[in-house]
Amino acid sequence: MAKPAVLTHPESLKRPAGPSEYAKDPVNAALSKAEKIALYTKMARIRHFEQRCIRIYQQGKIGGFLHLYVGQEAVAAGTISLLGKNDHLITGYRDHGHGLMVGMGMNECMAELTGRVTGCSQGKGGSMHYFAPDKNYWGGHGIVGGQAPLGTGLAYAVKYMGLKGSCLVYMGDGAVNQGAVHEAYNLASLWDLPVIFVVENNGYSMGTSQERSTAHPGCLAKRAEGYNMAWDVINGHDVYEVRAKTAIALKRAHEESKPTVLEIFTYRYFGHSMADPDKTYRDKEEIKEYREKKDPVLAFEQELLREKVLTPELSQKINEEAMAEADKAAIFADESPDPTVADITKHIYWEEDNRGPKTTSRGTIIFE
Amino acid sequence: MAVISYREALRAAMREELKRDDKVVIMGEEVAQFNGAYKVTEGLLKEFGPKRIVDTPISEAGFIGLGIGASMLGIRPVMELMFWSFSYVAFDQIVNNAGNIRYMSGGLINCPIVIRGPGNGGTNVGATHSHTPEAILASHPGIKVVCPATPYDAKGLLKAAIRDNDPVYVMENTILYNDKGEVPDEDYIVPLGVADVKRVGTDLTIVAHGRAVITSLKAAEILEQEHGVSVEVVDLRSIRPLDEETILASVRKTHRALLVEENKPFCGVDAQVAYLIQSKAFDELDAPIHRVSSIDAPQIYCKRMEDQQLPDVNRVVREALKVLA
Ligand SMILES: Cc1ncc(C[n+]2csc(CCOP(=O)(O)OP(=O)(O)O)c2C)c(N)n1
Ligand SMILES: [Mg+2]
Repeated sequence: MAKPAVLTHPESLKRPAGPSEYAKDPVNAALSKAEKIALYTKMARIRHFEQRCIRIYQQGKIGGFLHLYVGQEAVAAGTISLLGKNDHLITGYRDHGHGLMVGMGMNECMAELTGRVTGCSQGKGGSMHYFAPDKNYWGGHGIVGGQAPLGTGLAYAVKYMGLKGSCLVYMGDGAVNQGAVHEAYNLASLWDLPVIFVVENNGYSMGTSQERSTAHPGCLAKRAEGYNMAWDVINGHDVYEVRAKTAIALKRAHEESKPTVLEIFTYRYFGHSMADPDKTYRDKEEIKEYREKKDPVLAFEQELLREKVLTPELSQKINEEAMAEADKAAIFADESPDPTVADITKHIYWEEDNRGPKTTSRGTIIFE
Repeated sequence: MAVISYREALRAAMREELKRDDKVVIMGEEVAQFNGAYKVTEGLLKEFGPKRIVDTPISEAGFIGLGIGASMLGIRPVMELMFWSFSYVAFDQIVNNAGNIRYMSGGLINCPIVIRGPGNGGTNVGATHSHTPEAILASHPGIKVVCPATPYDAKGLLKAAIRDNDPVYVMENTILYNDKGEVPDEDYIVPLGVADVKRVGTDLTIVAHGRAVITSLKAAEILEQEHGVSVEVVDLRSIRPLDEETILASVRKTHRALLVEENKPFCGVDAQVAYLIQSKAFDELDAPIHRVSSIDAPQIYCKRMEDQQLPDVNRVVREALKVLA
């Protein structure tokens, strides 16, 4: 097999973490002190929520899969912090961070994990299937790459309705090899749709390093050229850089109705899911390196301390509050009731849930 | 005879076939370096090397289609799907291409592909990961489908599948992977299309496949102990080809039938089995046929409710008593 080309990383990724060169970028310079603190708070909340999930999983209260977002916070935080009223988003199964960023509550998110009726999907979706359409968040999708055409369709609908908006479609570095993703790329470009495909490149798809899964011309984003789309690479450890470069793509979507592929380099600290012992395919040293030198939450905290936006005391308070909020959510998830057997057959068809003269079909629809 | 797990039985089948026939190739996501998402292929890369044991990208339509193409030229790919639920991404390949190529070429082309992996609910992973597509796939002539319930059958059916000249889809069950059972040391196959009477009885026939067989055997024990009824459990093992004769012979003996499956009820495997019994053994029946299947809804995430959604021992016992009433 041919050796894959060397990856084109963003320049900033090669330098040791330090003051962000994107701090003065207009979208970041425009942030008020309060907005910066709010952004940091959201990142800290994602971190503490996820860490609380680990404990609940280990207590056996979450079954199935649990894919954590720890290490990748700046991606959801940076991109989603830019979105307006007509901007939508959709992602895969590593979906907690995006949910918290759009404003979902920790309670409903935690209760979904333990399968409670108080969960965001009433205990029907689980970790991989968070939804908050009232907040323009369309999930939470378990099938790798399946969300790409859906997100393209959301962008199509935005354009169709004459709105100035967009859809951000998040996927992993492994997802870029799904046919559905390529078909979505082509449609987005062919029909000038306001989509931003955000490839969250954390280096691995399960136990497969990106080099072993993907033929590419230097980076994954560059595949966009084959579809005549704009692209960029982003250091996902620097939330300012994520914002600065995403803003350009968002402008392209809003002003020109054109798609973009953004590849954001990031890293996950835990196994693919809690079921992955994470012992064979990567070095402990590699994880340590990222945790210690490139942590996105820590880096932003340092940045804001340097800017004198944060004080150590305030930062401590923010983190303690986030932890307390996660603890409370865990109790809420514990004490909430389960759905009932009768609930199993609800939400299958609109007409079953809304019986009345408006139904358009007859006959048996749910079978014994 | 050795006592091994269902997982080990599958692995042994692949090992033996890899040794027997150098055209056999194992392919799928995480099957080689990671030793399999469910460790079914553990150790095979080390033993057979990267030409025979191949990791694929997450491109089910691509690699399954590639396997089907390679099989047309005589390779015998054994493709692993991490879940059968992911086969839906490759539906065109597994149904349209694999299922029709022999027919449309007037018999000129063989398609000896095996696709295997877990196709079950009950693991608390939600609707997109809990499909049981044996009925959907078996409804396409040209395709064979088997659902082993025990280590013995898992090994024997997989070996038969690999030697078969048509597409054979093997649906396993993650909940059964650790189940242990006796498996002969010498080479054997379980021919496709031969059901197995897993328990002999005289008062009621339960027909089941996959994990529903295990549930039914437990129910049969309770029915015997607590209700004094003698239940015969017929394990289909193979959905297509279907062993009509074994089903009918059992019904002719017991005159009552209960059909149990983990599929959803509508157009399930047992809808076909029920039709078979009433069309060929109507006069033998002393009671209407009953079915137990999953509650008719997408798979619910909540574990406690999912356990209710799937057929369980209590539900099988209750329904059996109705047939016997
Ligand atoms: C169609 C399909 N195939 C396989 C899987 C199993 N699976 C879930 S996540 C995953 C790896 C995806 O990796 P990547 O796209 O890099 O995202 P990451 O998990 O790193 O966020 C695999 C193989 C799936 N869910 N859907
Ligand atoms: Mg990845």
